[in-house]
Amino acid sequence: MSILVNKNTNVIVQGITGREGAFHAEAMMKAGTKVVAGVTPGKGGQTTLGVPVYDTVKEATTHHHVDASIIFVPAPGAADAALEAAHAGVPLVVLITEGIPTMDMVKAVAEIKALGNVRLIGGNCPGLITPDECKLGIMPASVFKKGRVGLISRSGTVTYETAKALSDAGYGISTCIGIGGDPIIGTTFKDLLPLFENDPETEAVVLCGEIGGSDEEDAAAYIKEHMKKPVVGFIGGRSAPKGKKMGHAGAIIMGNVGTPESKLAAFADADVPVAETIDEIVELVRAKLG
Amino acid sequence: MNLHEYQAKDILAKYGIPVPPGKVAFTADEAKQIASEYGDLVVIKAQVHTGGRGKAGGVKLARNPEEAREKAAQILGLNIKGFITKKVLVAKGINIAKEYYAGMILDRVTQRVVLMLSKEGGMDIEEVAATRPYALIKYPINPHTGLRPFEARELVKRAGMEGNLNKLADVLVKLYQAYVGIDASTAEINPLVISDTGEVVAADAKIVLDDNALYRHPDLMPLREFEAEHPLEVEASNYGFSYVKLDGNVGVIGNGAGLVMYTLDLVQRTGGKAANFLDIGGGAKADVVYNALKVVLKDPDVKGVFINIFGGITRADEVAKGVIRAMDEGILTKPVAMRVAGTAEEEAKALLKGRPVYMYPTSVEAAKAIISMTGGAK
Repeated sequence: MSILVNKNTNVIVQGITGREGAFHAEAMMKAGTKVVAGVTPGKGGQTTLGVPVYDTVKEATTHHHVDASIIFVPAPGAADAALEAAHAGVPLVVLITEGIPTMDMVKAVAEIKALGNVRLIGGNCPGLITPDECKLGIMPASVFKKGRVGLISRSGTVTYETAKALSDAGYGISTCIGIGGDPIIGTTFKDLLPLFENDPETEAVVLCGEIGGSDEEDAAAYIKEHMKKPVVGFIGGRSAPKGKKMGHAGAIIMGNVGTPESKLAAFADADVPVAETIDEIVELVRAKLG
Repeated sequence: MNLHEYQAKDILAKYGIPVPPGKVAFTADEAKQIASEYGDLVVIKAQVHTGGRGKAGGVKLARNPEEAREKAAQILGLNIKGFITKKVLVAKGINIAKEYYAGMILDRVTQRVVLMLSKEGGMDIEEVAATRPYALIKYPINPHTGLRPFEARELVKRAGMEGNLNKLADVLVKLYQAYVGIDASTAEINPLVISDTGEVVAADAKIVLDDNALYRHPDLMPLREFEAEHPLEVEASNYGFSYVKLDGNVGVIGNGAGLVMYTLDLVQRTGGKAANFLDIGGGAKADVVYNALKVVLKDPDVKGVFINIFGGITRADEVAKGVIRAMDEGILTKPVAMRVAGTAEEEAKALLKGRPVYMYPTSVEAAKAIISMTGGAK
């Protein structure tokens, strides 16, 4: 068990003939992911990396059983690509692309949520990985060892650092999901916590948040009410000045929303210990799991 | 991207929202000329990318053209929170009966554009939200239908706004059309004025554009003012880096926004203060690191540099080569603490042998080292 993906997950890659798409499709295959097809409008009929390329997601789902799609389509067409996958009935859609116009995401997320049976992860995210089974993302698989800690994060590199630290310490990762650094994303911390709570392979959850928005506060409220498994928190950007966008479009403190103080208070209220450094994350996990 | 008030008003006018007649002046004489065209009370307003203009003396009334010239001369050149006033808006005065607030922002919780409406216009809306939340109505707009006139009318009533209901509602409907039409991330009218003759007018406006969507608005791109941004932020963006100037003395270079934020936190936690945020993005090649150093070291505040790179496939020796090039060209003369998680760390150490560049196995150790070399926050 694991959450969202496993070794049987059949994956299509939207944008497989592009530079990014081709590079990461190959890396995913090397990591053991079952990539069954690619989609690039206008390039249907080709074969790339040993898999067929289709013009539309619908054609791919007609010829293959598809469990998930990962999208590397450039920003102007990225939200449209996510909608295409969702309407073709792909139940898990991972949107890697960064720089997507915000209104495109507002509309796409609303439409996909209305469909009800599709989970969108991202955009502007590194994707997800269940080590040794399925990598549906752009993370370096080598730093993820299979194990018992669930990891969710708004960042890319902090996720990799944390995964490496947990793997080196012997705990390893059950499933790791980067939810993305944009203000409008398909899946938040709170959406994923119940999946980890119900996953027998996950013994503890590490939640790497950052300044901006109130996803961490919502997650803390959920943890307080519903989680039995231990959760360890982390907040990036504590030293950031107000009103400045720190790289991620979503990492900005506006007025009194998104401050580290608010997030730390919410975690304290939910009895979630918060690490100040990535090394401390491991120590706090050790305190919970031994 | 921030727009000036006059640019925001031009856009609102294009979408059919009434704005007071006004023109931009770059000199006091131009201001006088414009004032004489309006022949009556005018308001002269500094056009700078910051708030709090009124308090800083950047907004003044003038009753005749000569007074307009004098007031414009006082405002032009004024330093408002670090922004030098280079132009003023000269707008026809309005006799105000009521001042309201109407704004639209992106709300992460509802994942929609939210209309905010208040009877308490003309003041800082964040303060209204914090101290009198009941005085601020928030309404998430369905992205598939947009804001419809009946919704706008109901909201005007709910906010307790007095004045012509249809005209007020029409402004809200058009504000949303403008918001979507230009891909804004913020669009505010504050104050939304009811004049003594009952006209509804956008007396001040603020628009921030969504940078991600600028590519589809070639007509708005020329509105970007490089001189209004920090010169190093402009230079960094030319290299594809994300850079934010901060007020400490440790230059920071990293890959990935999350890791760079973490690095700033570590610097602060260790007793120092970062001079900047710089994210090089993916692929830490030698020339990328070299260019990043060039940008960071142009900041005279920087006393030392902390390079923090994570990459499963990033080669530490590539990072080292970028550092060495910067040293050999005399750009880099200050201490460097480096931490690179990747391959070829031994090769990197060999390359750096005998140079004042130190590699540390962890971010925490590198942070301690750079703080001791730069003396910490003053």
